[in-house]
Amino acid sequence: MSAPRDHLSTVKHVILVLSGKGGVGKSTVATQIALSLRDAGHKVGILDVDLCGPSIPKMFNVSNQDIHQCPEGWLPVFVDKEQTLGIMSISFLLDNQNDAVVWRGPKKTAMIKQFLNDVYWKDMDYLIIDTPPGTSDEHITVMENLKQYNPDGAILVTTPQAVAVGDVRRELTFCRKTRIPVIGIIENMSGFVCPHCSECTNIFSKGGGEALAKQSEVPFLGCIPLDPQLTQSLEEGQSFADKCSSSPTMAAINTLVKRLMAIDRDLP
Amino acid sequence: MADIPQDAPEQCPGTGSGEAGKASACQGCPNQTLCSAKPQGPDPDIAEIKERLTSVKHKILVLSGKGGVGKSTFTAHLAHGLAADESKQVGVLDVDICGPSIPRILGLEGEQVHQSASGWSPVYVTDNLAVMSVGFLLSGPDDAVIWRGPKKNGMIKQFLRDVDWGDIDYLVIDTPPGTSDEHISTTQYLSQTHVDGAVLLTTPQEVAIQDVRKEINFCRKVNLPIIGVVENMSGFVCPHCTKESVIFPPTTGGGEKMAADANITFLGKLPLDPRIGKCCDEGKSFFDEVKDSPATQAFKDIIEKIKDYCSKRKENTEVDTGEEK
Repeated sequence: MSAPRDHLSTVKHVILVLSGKGGVGKSTVATQIALSLRDAGHKVGILDVDLCGPSIPKMFNVSNQDIHQCPEGWLPVFVDKEQTLGIMSISFLLDNQNDAVVWRGPKKTAMIKQFLNDVYWKDMDYLIIDTPPGTSDEHITVMENLKQYNPDGAILVTTPQAVAVGDVRRELTFCRKTRIPVIGIIENMSGFVCPHCSECTNIFSKGGGEALAKQSEVPFLGCIPLDPQLTQSLEEGQSFADKCSSSPTMAAINTLVKRLMAIDRDLP
Repeated sequence: MADIPQDAPEQCPGTGSGEAGKASACQGCPNQTLCSAKPQGPDPDIAEIKERLTSVKHKILVLSGKGGVGKSTFTAHLAHGLAADESKQVGVLDVDICGPSIPRILGLEGEQVHQSASGWSPVYVTDNLAVMSVGFLLSGPDDAVIWRGPKKNGMIKQFLRDVDWGDIDYLVIDTPPGTSDEHISTTQYLSQTHVDGAVLLTTPQEVAIQDVRKEINFCRKVNLPIIGVVENMSGFVCPHCTKESVIFPPTTGGGEKMAADANITFLGKLPLDPRIGKCCDEGKSFFDEVKDSPATQAFKDIIEKIKDYCSKRKENTEVDTGEEK
């Protein structure tokens, strides 16, 4: 066997998207960040380590693609011809999209290790790692294996209601225990502007993420409002930025990405 | 025998057999040491769990491949709904080890579990609604449970084996998202007991539904009956102009279509109502706080259907066991 591959060392920035809670929009945020970074001229990769419920391929409408092998390792699936945005997800390895991955921890750990070691990312500027909810096998494995590559840090996604914020607090503790820097907290789904009367309703209350950021002394990266168009574009695998560039949701995402790039410049 | 691996040598006695690793066929099998080192026979705890849960009439699992679709909200309100009948005893078990939400939704944050001679005593919301969650074992809201699979399995086993529920009519089990350790273990530990079935939750958009399809697949693999599918967060009625908008668009037909395709019962839709989320944050019952919401009625209809299912299933199994005798 050859020496262990070291593809991740060619990636300049590694960003994790985490949340203790499920369904708060981790994959959505990961997707939008990746698209915005790409539009800013960077080469971006997304690694989906959610093995039991991968959503990233669907959001880029590439669910039916296969992974190809090259001498350097597995090639990610690129969404464009210029190969500026590559994706790796377990969904590419399934014969049938409805197949359930009924795996216990050790098997998941092995799969993630393979994703981290064997995928040939080819000098990416950014690698965004999308995670499943919780603080268990997947997370511990990713942290253990990433430590040597000095990741930029983690973005925590939450929704405003106390039930979600409670889980994200636990995720913060996880970040502290595993010594991964926290880039900041994003509050997703905060407020819904009724398309009929343009009155804003806070479906999942408001301000929970900001309050948590303040209390835990981590940066607050902003609010992303609920926008049915965003969900729609993700369902169809289209770029939300192309479709509705004037939406306040897009503005929120753009500010967020600018902040991300600024934070990165401060790093040595 | 079911526990013979497909690629095993001929005459393999089966990995669970007392002869595993010792029979003549095991000579030269690469798994011989593994088999002979393994404790023999079925897990003794499964029998203990069966014994403990004989006092529980109905067991309902709440599942979803996707996170944040409202499993815990649904579990809590199903329990509230079932416990509205004061003659019924209801228990809620939260096996979401890394993200327990049940204590907050039922207004029990900061409560502790007590130990008695007969096992762990659950925490009571009302006289007939008992709750057990890992949240009661944590020292504070910042405490994270950073455990790999085997440790989580141990915890779930203890919950099933050691909690003293007493005689209860319904045990509702809330699960984390996914199809992994917690799910495999829970169904495995409950394999000797009579589980009524699973309620699957989804939201209308395809990104969620594709994960729920996986969960249906999981239920079929582990032979878990499916009570039906509930579509949550379908449609939002603006409190100002009372017009309805779609927040999570059902681009592939939503939960109803999925249920029809998979040939399982569709139990109903629950609309988004900001007051539901608020009640959950405050730990109050939505049924008591907001009686006029369309969601309240929809919820009650679904609970009736689940009750019906359970009582019918009970009759069926009684007939079944009668035949065996």
